[in-house]
Amino acid sequence: MTTHAPRTRPRVAVYKFASCDGCQLQFLAAIGHHAELVSKIDFVHFLEASRKVEPGPYDIGFVEGSVTTAHDAERIREIRKQCRVLVTIGACATSGGIQALRNWGRIDDFVAAVYATPAFIETLATSTAIAEHVPVDFELRGCPIDTGQLVEILTALVVGRKPRVPATSVCAECKANGTVCVAVARGIPCLGPVTQAGCRAICPAHGRGCYGCFGPSDTANLVSLNLHYEAGGTPRSELIRLVHGINAWSPEFRAEGDRLAGTGEDDRR
Amino acid sequence: MSTPRTFIVKSLARVEGEGALRVRVDGDRVEIAEFNIYEPPRFFEKLLVGRAIDEVPDLVARICGICPVAYQMTACRAIEGALCIETGPAIGSLRRLLYCGEWIQSHALHVHLLHAPDFLGYESGFTMAVDHPQLVAAGFRMKGLGNRIMEVIGGRAVHPVNVAIGGFYAWPDEVAVGDLVPDLEWGLSAALELVEQVSRFDFPSFEPRQEFVCLRAPDEYPFNDGRIISSDGLDITVDDYPDHFEERQVSWSTALHSLRIPSGRPYAVGPLARLNLCRDQLPPRAAAAAARCGLDWPVHNPFQTIIARSIEIAAAFEEALRLAREWTRPTHPPRVSHSPREAEGCHATEAPRGLLWQRYALDGKGLVSGAAIVPPTSQNQARIEADLRAFLPQVLPLDDSEATLRCEQLIRSYDPCISCATHFLKLTVER
Repeated sequence: MTTHAPRTRPRVAVYKFASCDGCQLQFLAAIGHHAELVSKIDFVHFLEASRKVEPGPYDIGFVEGSVTTAHDAERIREIRKQCRVLVTIGACATSGGIQALRNWGRIDDFVAAVYATPAFIETLATSTAIAEHVPVDFELRGCPIDTGQLVEILTALVVGRKPRVPATSVCAECKANGTVCVAVARGIPCLGPVTQAGCRAICPAHGRGCYGCFGPSDTANLVSLNLHYEAGGTPRSELIRLVHGINAWSPEFRAEGDRLAGTGEDDRR
Repeated sequence: MSTPRTFIVKSLARVEGEGALRVRVDGDRVEIAEFNIYEPPRFFEKLLVGRAIDEVPDLVARICGICPVAYQMTACRAIEGALCIETGPAIGSLRRLLYCGEWIQSHALHVHLLHAPDFLGYESGFTMAVDHPQLVAAGFRMKGLGNRIMEVIGGRAVHPVNVAIGGFYAWPDEVAVGDLVPDLEWGLSAALELVEQVSRFDFPSFEPRQEFVCLRAPDEYPFNDGRIISSDGLDITVDDYPDHFEERQVSWSTALHSLRIPSGRPYAVGPLARLNLCRDQLPPRAAAAAARCGLDWPVHNPFQTIIARSIEIAAAFEEALRLAREWTRPTHPPRVSHSPREAEGCHATEAPRGLLWQRYALDGKGLVSGAAIVPPTSQNQARIEADLRAFLPQVLPLDDSEATLRCEQLIRSYDPCISCATHFLKLTVER
């Protein structure tokens, strides 16, 4: 314990924006298995778990989901004012999520394709990360987030220290697992070298390539990796789809998707 | 399977998240009862267009963090049908085991942490745990076991990575499957005890006349296969679904309402529908529990779905136990290969919340050219509104907060989704 530990239990709020609820489910799973840690936290605004809602301000706010409506863009600004520390959880909150694929299309086409009366539907043209709207204190990556990393963050916040979450790539986890490299040994295009660790490298362990759930790792070099895959015979269209996945709108994956598609500023090489 | 037809590509409106209820009452007469779902749409059916078919299981999983396997299984079967792929019994058994895991975690979470607090008078599972620690602990352990099955078979509890068109990327570790058995034995006995516990709850007297719809398989409780049947005598193949059900948009919801054709009436999917129509196919110990729980089948009271859901937890544990005991690693590859061709295919499976229907059009290059997805909650939404309309006169004498709680409890009976399932209701009564 550090001397900076808060004397009272931190009051925690959990919010949902556009998302699948999977990260909040991981939250509940973590709660179910760490009763002692949970006893040191006061969940005062967690609609998925409780009818009880206490008014802010809150010590810590966790946000799942991306901003896709004008109302939500306003709501996140209010939430930021209410939360001393703001933590975003999951790919939707940290990069806009899979629904950010709409950002490359015309939103009217999307709405009209779905609804007979598009006028009833209120939506923004884009799905964006929380940090594009308000300052965020800590981002927890993943689709879904890893319960082990979440427990580490909760523990760090309770005792008042900095969270320790690795910024290395999935490759490090494959090595730790003793998994044979699927890219090298089997020629499967794998985003592991440019994707942040945290999932425990489960895709290569199942004989398939990483598809980037945890978003870009530190110093990710996507151009170099994709030049390698292209030289090995992977069609460009497949590589575009690979980076246009769960974290397509993260700055690194977005730039690489645009480069591969020939629409970005970095198209000259 | 693939008669050429055209269909509109619709993006799927997510139904999880916050909702609201608007009611207008004139004396004792309910003029308006709108169940408003305002979860922002994420346009999945549009996002799928242009994607390679092998990416579909990973993409549709993201529709729902609570039932990703339901979306994956339905998509796999629809696309395999379009491509005329036969996956064989080993893959079928493993998929059933994976689906059991999803039912267990989804149902156990809902029964213990989301719905039981309504009956026992608590605002949440946290506060309920103070007085009922064993009930909550058993709920978390059951949910954890469901998640464990999904990890062993699917590689991850939320958004499994091992599901592929044609089967699995890898066979699960044989030892890990065998190691599930002792825990599953505990789960089965705990679930049977749970059925007895929840059957002692008090239930409002409310018996709306309703049509129940679910799959019925030839010789097993429905998960991945079957014809679509109903309590009103419907009996069709999954391909004929669009001829008998339609989705309509309403101004107060980003979820589409499903109605029967030609009656235009709402219908119910989910545990009550399955037990009312397929109770005879339950595995033996779950069947005994269903016979002993004091319910007079068929059951029309939606509040008693908590009993049905508990019986299904027992059924899923019993099935999982059998499948885990019988499992031996096959000698053939875990995945049947496929080659692209222009085709269409549809399929339906039983998600924890009820019937889930999907259709895909594929082009000759192995890409998706169209997708349609009808989730269970949008099928139940019109039914929920009809129930509210019929139930409201009973609760109008109560004060607003108590009336709100009763309406919430009714809607939670349908387990519309996890975030819908708790504190979603802003009741505005215009008297």
